[in-house]
Amino acid sequence: MSVPLTKFPGGLKLTGHKNRSTQVPIRKTPLSKQLVLPLQQHIGAAAVPIVEVGDKVLKGQRIAHAEGHVSVCLHAPSSGVITAIGEHAIPHPSGLSAPCITIETDGEEQWIERQQIADFRQHTAHELRQIIRDAGIVGLGGAGFPSFIKLNPGVHHTVETLLINGAECEPYITCDDMLMRERAEGILDGVEIMLFALRASRCILAIEDNKSEAITAMRFALSHRPHLSQTEIVVVPTRYPTGGEKQLIQVVTGKQIPSNKLPIDIGIVCHNPGTAYAVGRAILHGEPLISRIVTVTGTDVTHAGNFETLLGTPIKDLLDFCETKRQPDEPFIQGGPMMGYSLAGDDLPITKTANCILVGVDDVAPPAQPLPCIRCGDCAEACPVSLLPQQLYWYSRAKDFDQTRNYNLFDCIECGCCDYVCPSKIPLVSYFRFSKTEIMNQQREQQKADLARERHESRLARLEREKQEKEERQRQRKAALAASKAAKAKKDSPEKPEPTDSDAKEKV
Amino acid sequence: MPIFRLSPPFLAGTNRVTLHMLQVLVALVPEVIAMTYYFGPGVLINVTLAVIVALITEAVMLKLRDRPLKPFLSDGSAAVTAVLLALAVPPLSPWWMTVIGVTFAIIFAKHLYGGLGYNPFNPAMIGYVLLLISFPLEMTTWLPVQSLAEQPMGWLSSLQLIFTGQFNGLDIDAYSGATPLDAMKTQIVLDRHPEFISSQELFGMAGGRGWEWINIWFALGGIWLLYRKVISWHVPVAMILALLIISSITTLIDPTVSGSPLFHLVSGGTMLGAFFIATDPVSGSTTLKGRIVFGAGVGILTYVIRIWGGYPDGVAFAVILMNMLVPLIDYYTQPRVYGGATR
Repeated sequence: MSVPLTKFPGGLKLTGHKNRSTQVPIRKTPLSKQLVLPLQQHIGAAAVPIVEVGDKVLKGQRIAHAEGHVSVCLHAPSSGVITAIGEHAIPHPSGLSAPCITIETDGEEQWIERQQIADFRQHTAHELRQIIRDAGIVGLGGAGFPSFIKLNPGVHHTVETLLINGAECEPYITCDDMLMRERAEGILDGVEIMLFALRASRCILAIEDNKSEAITAMRFALSHRPHLSQTEIVVVPTRYPTGGEKQLIQVVTGKQIPSNKLPIDIGIVCHNPGTAYAVGRAILHGEPLISRIVTVTGTDVTHAGNFETLLGTPIKDLLDFCETKRQPDEPFIQGGPMMGYSLAGDDLPITKTANCILVGVDDVAPPAQPLPCIRCGDCAEACPVSLLPQQLYWYSRAKDFDQTRNYNLFDCIECGCCDYVCPSKIPLVSYFRFSKTEIMNQQREQQKADLARERHESRLARLEREKQEKEERQRQRKAALAASKAAKAKKDSPEKPEPTDSDAKEKV
Repeated sequence: MPIFRLSPPFLAGTNRVTLHMLQVLVALVPEVIAMTYYFGPGVLINVTLAVIVALITEAVMLKLRDRPLKPFLSDGSAAVTAVLLALAVPPLSPWWMTVIGVTFAIIFAKHLYGGLGYNPFNPAMIGYVLLLISFPLEMTTWLPVQSLAEQPMGWLSSLQLIFTGQFNGLDIDAYSGATPLDAMKTQIVLDRHPEFISSQELFGMAGGRGWEWINIWFALGGIWLLYRKVISWHVPVAMILALLIISSITTLIDPTVSGSPLFHLVSGGTMLGAFFIATDPVSGSTTLKGRIVFGAGVGILTYVIRIWGGYPDGVAFAVILMNMLVPLIDYYTQPRVYGGATR
């Protein structure tokens, strides 16, 4: 069984700079004094705290409960005492703060009792998903979508392919690479569970060809599991953004996800190797998601590498541990240099979506004064989605949002290829983000206005109805009054009857 | 090194407007040398004059429009316009023609539309067409190649002719003659067979004597630009193929209507147009399919104007006419977006 590969249009050949952080094995970050855990580390609704300040918690104990459907639980990464529940700065491009639970660690690392499942096949897929949800597992590739939802194809879909995305195409990041090298068995544990839950008929584990050691390790691990015959390792060419879900699906299946549809609509479910590993740990070892592998690298990092880091560990501790040449307030990047975002303060915790902390990059983009667009079309050639970034740019500048939508603005995956190749150094992606936000704001405003108008109209209708009812009541009262008067008059003078039509005629 | 940029991507590509323009200029160096070899130092004098005038005009316009001087003066776009225009006008054109052409190109065709990136027409070709319409005589009388001239042009005589219009009591007319394209056109009207015409002294192996080499040099410069990824293959290939196909068809139908297909490829401004003029990103089509349509249009129109139009060469008009169609072409050649979304 071999998979014919397809090429997606555009894309970039970028220098990987990956060796910097793959020289040493994954190390454990020392336990920090304080762990700060944002209640929302995933897409969807924030978890709701179920502990109070002063509570003593054990390692792996649930401290916040999933509320609503798109949500997952949160756990104490280490044993200690809850010292605060409230606003704390979180790693987000806005620099805003959000509700967090702070734990003062006691250094004892005392675990809760772990429910290990020896044979997951004795359980239903629903039960497994529930465990995965309760274990707080979200997509560890960066987006943070609750994993149990993606493991639930529902009755309307059949999943043909489970795609494990080991492409990791962004320069510098190596956390998936190192995980595949060192913990291939654990990843395959998760893959088996995922295959079982999805009832998928095959699994493709796609790895970019610049990760030869990971490929070897995964192949070796797979060769010892003959029952995983439906699983195949597919080596894909190194080309940014192959790790984009849509691009990887195009590379390994030749199919495109139709606009506004999801991978599941074409029978594919995509997960990150880190997520698969976490699923394996949760089911087989009863460990909730309390740590992740973080790459710390960059030109200014002295001891770059990958670290198994407890969630909530201050980024500052991690950077101190690696020794950096960074000045206290100098920005660093969370994520990769193409799609990550820069953060100013380091008083921020590691969250479930923190795959890489990058301090200093080669070929850094200086804050250039953009020149006018010369319509060279290099952006369109680099776009992996075949958009026309330069047209989108003109319409974004002109705030002609209808046209930006006509030119498929919402199909932009914000990979930054256009930005990278633009000879005029125009921050194209920023323009597109601006347009997207504006359109979404307009839609929200429109919804609000519609709602207000509906309210106004229903109020008018109500007033009208009340007026009519009032009039009706008045009329009825009048009629009743008239009737009672007439009855009274009739009673008073029965000898003098009311003239009738027939009487009138007779008079004539 | 600190990161100043606050939004991704944080990596910088090496692609730059200035680098783009500089590479175009570098690709033009061999052609300038070749043309100087064939037509004398007048070419070099024209180029130098045009570049100086272009930079001054650009600076004045930027000042008037209250734009920063440094980034725009150093982007190289004005120099590219100047060199292309200087290579298109006859080598001994009087200085004032070069000045008029360049200033018109920079002021009217570029800055009045908003400067770099905003001009709907190729500035060099607008300047050229202005001169062609206003001074048809001066613009169509080229020098014969040096080897055919009775007295080859030296530096002194070229300078004097360009700036005073006279040398040793003779004016420019005494030195100049028709170009091969011109000769072909006028003699076909006299019912002479193209094969007979091209056997005359003015003609070389496939095109005009000297002209064929100049066109080959332009093509080589263009191929270097392709190699450097400054331009894409779509426009030049489409234009050359279109010109080749249409001239082959007409020659097959009636061999007396024009010169051979090969003659058209290596005559006049074919290669200059294919690699340096029609590939202008600002005024050309930006989609890949659109570039093929654009290039093919330029090729066909060039031939049509050469054969049935009123001017010996048609590259400039063809480019400008196709410039007008660019919005339409771009609209109808949008690529299919991932996931099948279309307009």
